Amino acid sequence: MFTAGRGRLVTLGAVVVGALALSGCASSDPLSSGGSEDSETLIVGSQAYYSNEIIAEIYSQALENGGFTVDRQFLIGQREVYLPDIESGAIDVFPEYTGSLLTALSDGDPSGTSEEIYTQLEEALPDGLSVLDQAEASDQDSWTVTQAFADKYSLTDLASLTNVTEPITVGGNSELQTRPYGPDALAEKYGVTIAGFTAVQDSGGPLTVKALVDNQIQLANIYTADPNIQTNDLVALEDPDGLFLPANVVPVVSDKVNDDAAEILNGVSAALTLEDLVSLNAESVNDQRSAGDIATDWLTANDLL
Amino acid sequence: MNWITNNLELIGDRTLQHLAIALPPILLSFVLAIPLGWLANRFASTRGLVLTIAGLLYAIPSLPLFIALAAILGTAQRDPINVGVALTLYGLALMVRSAADGFSSVDSDVAQSATAMGFSTAGRFWKVDLPLAGPVLLAGLRVVAVSTISLTTVGAVLGIQSLGSLFTDGFARNIQAEIWAGIIITMGLALILDFVIVQLGRVVMPWTRVATTRAKKRDRTAVRAVLS
Amino acid sequence: MNLFADAIAWIFDSAHWGGPNGIDSRIIEHIAISLLVVGIATVIAVPIGYLIGHTGKGRGIVVALAGAVRALPTLGLLILLALNLGIGLQAPIIALVVLAVPSILAGAYAGFDAVDRRIIDAARAVGMTEMQIVFKVEIPLGLPLLMGGMRSAVLQVIATATLADYVGGGGLGSFIFLGLQTGDYSQMLAGSIVVVVLAIIFEIIFSTLQRLVVPAGVTATQSPRVRTRPVRSRTA
Repeated sequence: MFTAGRGRLVTLGAVVVGALALSGCASSDPLSSGGSEDSETLIVGSQAYYSNEIIAEIYSQALENGGFTVDRQFLIGQREVYLPDIESGAIDVFPEYTGSLLTALSDGDPSGTSEEIYTQLEEALPDGLSVLDQAEASDQDSWTVTQAFADKYSLTDLASLTNVTEPITVGGNSELQTRPYGPDALAEKYGVTIAGFTAVQDSGGPLTVKALVDNQIQLANIYTADPNIQTNDLVALEDPDGLFLPANVVPVVSDKVNDDAAEILNGVSAALTLEDLVSLNAESVNDQRSAGDIATDWLTANDLL
Repeated sequence: MNWITNNLELIGDRTLQHLAIALPPILLSFVLAIPLGWLANRFASTRGLVLTIAGLLYAIPSLPLFIALAAILGTAQRDPINVGVALTLYGLALMVRSAADGFSSVDSDVAQSATAMGFSTAGRFWKVDLPLAGPVLLAGLRVVAVSTISLTTVGAVLGIQSLGSLFTDGFARNIQAEIWAGIIITMGLALILDFVIVQLGRVVMPWTRVATTRAKKRDRTAVRAVLS
Repeated sequence: MNLFADAIAWIFDSAHWGGPNGIDSRIIEHIAISLLVVGIATVIAVPIGYLIGHTGKGRGIVVALAGAVRALPTLGLLILLALNLGIGLQAPIIALVVLAVPSILAGAYAGFDAVDRRIIDAARAVGMTEMQIVFKVEIPLGLPLLMGGMRSAVLQVIATATLADYVGGGGLGSFIFLGLQTGDYSQMLAGSIVVVVLAIIFEIIFSTLQRLVVPAGVTATQSPRVRTRPVRSRTA
């Protein structure tokens, strides 16, 4: 290689340096530990869930409109991945869901109304973290069947699942099996026999919906704000006993979030209704619009921009 | 198609993030594999050990390795370093075998003549072994480059943004155009990088640019590389 | 290293064996998927590889195909297939077959290609037909390299079949994803360790097969493992 002459060696070296420089310039700061120095800069995170990303984008644009600089760190992954980061203050603002977060933070089996869950959540949060006002919008787990299935067995609420005479296969994320509202809870609390469990890791997404519609599974865990429920004629079974906790959208914030920022975020939460969330999601899934566009339109429509 | 034209900036960002994660491991594994491969070749006792370890490394499924590295390195789970180190390990696993094969393919007659002419071991390494092993090393580097670009996408499942994020997002929102975009650009990047490496090889090893009868041998070398 | 101790303990915990989610059921699922995939890939790739190797034409296709598939992100392909085909094994099997074909194709082709042309000439001179040459000369002599290709394919498939669970296909990936989603790292590592052990076992099986498959009376000089130097042609 080096008998090929100095010129070639220099070329090779230049290319190598160039490649490294390219990757150096391109990489955004990978360090996730350590918050931002500037008091005007807030780090907003989101789950790896397109709906959560939209809400996070709404928070971000509203804060930017209020004069803050926002560092977006979206699509982080499951709660077990980002929760330590929020606790350490590496993230300042994160859209969360009251019931789900409470379940993750506390050891016992919490229950209650929307307000009660909110109060319990405030107490359960570690030091350095707090929640601002919760929105009316909620996005909780549900047990969902197709309209046809519901009609066939006259299904209205979870207890009516005992009407079903054919074997019920349940579909959802793997961890659904260990959740307090999982298939075991259905068996214990309502005496429903579950024939099997099919793991599909799309969190009630299109694969699960397709499996439900194709009758490969009969019962699935689909988020209540999912636009697929309306598009595909699905029915979320009623939950009078409160097997599922209310999961209102609420911003989890670190100490860095001052009163001005809090006021902006509370304004957003006040305006975010249940129907709003479903239609925001529909724009993303059915119209394939980006989170940024959807957020801007919603904020403008609600006079928050 | 609409989705793609509406999201060019996002696609561009993801491509840059992807390259930032994938390129350093490719270079690093190449540089580290050369001395390791040379050592493996020189000492018969180490050869079996090194190749076995390389084979084992490659058998480790990628997702768990990314997470295990987070635990071992003490980094945050969504730190791209985890993916970088894992990719370097995979690259090493592939490249060390290539390097060992490359150095062993140096004709012993030539090696002995070099020593007879007075080359020191180091001199022989730089001026004889390395250039002669060049074509095999190049074939190995091409394989590593292409696999690394492709494997980087798996990190998206952990929230490490790359072109793989187009898969996970397209999955959740059922936007197939997004997934197609991710697949095609990933493949495009890999093939472009492959082409660049081949051209670099021709610049740095001009003696390999000889008559077309070499094409057969080049293909053979490439096929052997595929079998690794 | 505590993590690994926990993972090993997880594997040996008897509560995790038995039943549809047990380690044993998942191992069997995983092996079944992998062998099925390699079987299908072999049926597709071997005839094509033999054809290319025997006629010597289309050599470039082998290299190009191998390169293209190596560049193809399997996760993306799997997701695309699953969205169109639904949950279950269809999507993972197709994606994994695509992954496995190039290695087997390369092995089949390389096996034929490594046969000394003079042997083929001799076979022709003795009066063998083309088909006889293929079946009596090239295939037996090429078996070790074909085995090498299959071995490489099996290894990749076993490691990547962990993705099958992502779309409801089961297999050892179930421990990995369940562990990932619940933060149960011992389970996740346990699943990976089992996959690695499985890969090692199949590596041993196939490398033994590779040695056994060498025709009697032929030394194992055709295997890339053993012969790493190019054949030195005598000019004098």
